[in-house]
Amino acid sequence: MDFFAGFLDTTDVYVRAIGQTLLIVSVAMVISGVVGLALGVALYATRPGNLYSNRVVFGAIGLLVNIIRPIPFVIFIAAIGPLQQLVVGSTIGTNAVAFAIALAAAFAVARIVEQSLVGVDPGVVEAARAMGASRAAILFGVVVREGLGPLVLGYTFTFVGIVDMSAQAGLVGGGGLGDYAITYGSQTYNWGIVYAALVAIVAIVIVGQFLGNRLARAVMRR
Amino acid sequence: MSGDLTGLRAPGLPTGDGGGDVLVELDGVTKRFERGGTTVTAVDEVSLRVARGEVLAVIGYSGAGKSTLVRLINALELPTSGSVRVAGQDLTRLGEKELRAARAGIGMIFQQFNLLSSRTVAGNVAYPLKVAGVGREERDRRTAELLDFVGLLDRAHAHPEQLSGGQKQRVGIARALATNPPLLLADEATSALDPETTEEVLTLLRRVNTELGVTIVLITHEMEAVRRVADRVAVMERGRVVEVGDVYDVFTAPTTVPAQRFVRSATHDRPSPEALARLREHHPGHLVTVRITDRPRLQQLVDGAFRDAGVTAELVYGGVGEVRERRAGSLTYELTGGQPDPAAAVQRALAGLRAHGVVVEEEEG
Repeated sequence: MDFFAGFLDTTDVYVRAIGQTLLIVSVAMVISGVVGLALGVALYATRPGNLYSNRVVFGAIGLLVNIIRPIPFVIFIAAIGPLQQLVVGSTIGTNAVAFAIALAAAFAVARIVEQSLVGVDPGVVEAARAMGASRAAILFGVVVREGLGPLVLGYTFTFVGIVDMSAQAGLVGGGGLGDYAITYGSQTYNWGIVYAALVAIVAIVIVGQFLGNRLARAVMRR
Repeated sequence: MSGDLTGLRAPGLPTGDGGGDVLVELDGVTKRFERGGTTVTAVDEVSLRVARGEVLAVIGYSGAGKSTLVRLINALELPTSGSVRVAGQDLTRLGEKELRAARAGIGMIFQQFNLLSSRTVAGNVAYPLKVAGVGREERDRRTAELLDFVGLLDRAHAHPEQLSGGQKQRVGIARALATNPPLLLADEATSALDPETTEEVLTLLRRVNTELGVTIVLITHEMEAVRRVADRVAVMERGRVVEVGDVYDVFTAPTTVPAQRFVRSATHDRPSPEALARLREHHPGHLVTVRITDRPRLQQLVDGAFRDAGVTAELVYGGVGEVRERRAGSLTYELTGGQPDPAAAVQRALAGLRAHGVVVEEEEG
């Protein structure tokens, strides 16, 4: 039973770490979802030939997404320190980390949203135009609605990435399971703690994935 | 129930009463597209009128410009030059908001149906009403009425992917008629369907025209669809309308080469050049083709003309059927005899027929 002795001594920290991870992930999911949806819809709408065709806006957002998306998260979180200071008032702690993750994920979500919407049959858009629907009505009532299935699946996919990023929160004192696994676990060779953290992370990912798939199936009604 | 169907007009939509007997009027309409540095003229100086209550078919091969033409009628595309009037309203002079209202007053169905997969059958039919600001209760009532008209009331809560192709197009038709438009545009509406389903959809379109009084512009590359539902037909080639006429007239007397090709593809009663070559191997006499119309006692007339000219006629090719419920077809005869001058005898026979207004042609070659 020695293997898990360290874990059993720190169950209160473990529970708190799970809570922090869930908090970071939830906040990041909601914010990146909203911001990413807005950016993705804007990318789709301003694409040349589409409803709000605008080469300048499309190019600008596209460039921003292309620059930010490939930046490794550890570098990204260091680089946006000033912005964190401005928005959250701190560069360390759970909130600062949640903000950084939300921002990083938003750009990934933007591309996923754009791709889901581009996949919507242009014929359906034409049919809505032929009915005299306004551009906004077509964008939200038809395009987003038709693309909702792949959109939810893509969003679920980012969930895994967000959980991954949340584990790096420990680097800046953000707490969470990653922090717990390193500080209490690997740094003191307490492998039981590492595996306990692992189990919790895997459980969170599996449950999230399951819910996402269920939701996607529900909106696609298949 | 068809009386009810014409009762509703969504608030805010144009009444579609303007323009008198002419519902659609295209005047010198040209549409050009810029594609990768080159200019493509999809529609070239087309002038065309669609009368209120008629079914006009626009036929042409793919790339002839007919899909662009139909999109000019509901302003999904705006012409590079020329004017498009629907119900007396010039669509080329409207702002975005008025354009939307004009589009809402014109129904459209598509080759790929273009149903909203995220909505039920009823949701699809109700959507244009929602767009037009019709209240929920009225929407539900109207949707049920339309689904009943197309025979799909029992599938109201199904999703489009659960329907067959023919059912999908029937939903498309119900949806296009939701706002009670005076005009329905059908863009290759039966081209994705098998022959039996095509028949079913064409019958429904005919009902839409006769029972509801909706004017239809039918874009197609299938002469069979033209023969079944259209009153008039316009033949398009390379962006131009090369021939327009009554369906019966075009079928029995096509004047342009593309029209003749379409008619031959649909009727199979004129020998192709290959069939003609085979005929000549066995029939050394003079080959003439008589156009069969619904004129009474035509056969007597033909027989008489051949007899008077002293030639013997052998029927070698042809067929007689119906176009718009009237007799139509063509028969090819081999003429022999007429000694001592067979060629002169043939000419006498042709002159005799033509004197009676019968259209007859010598097969060349």
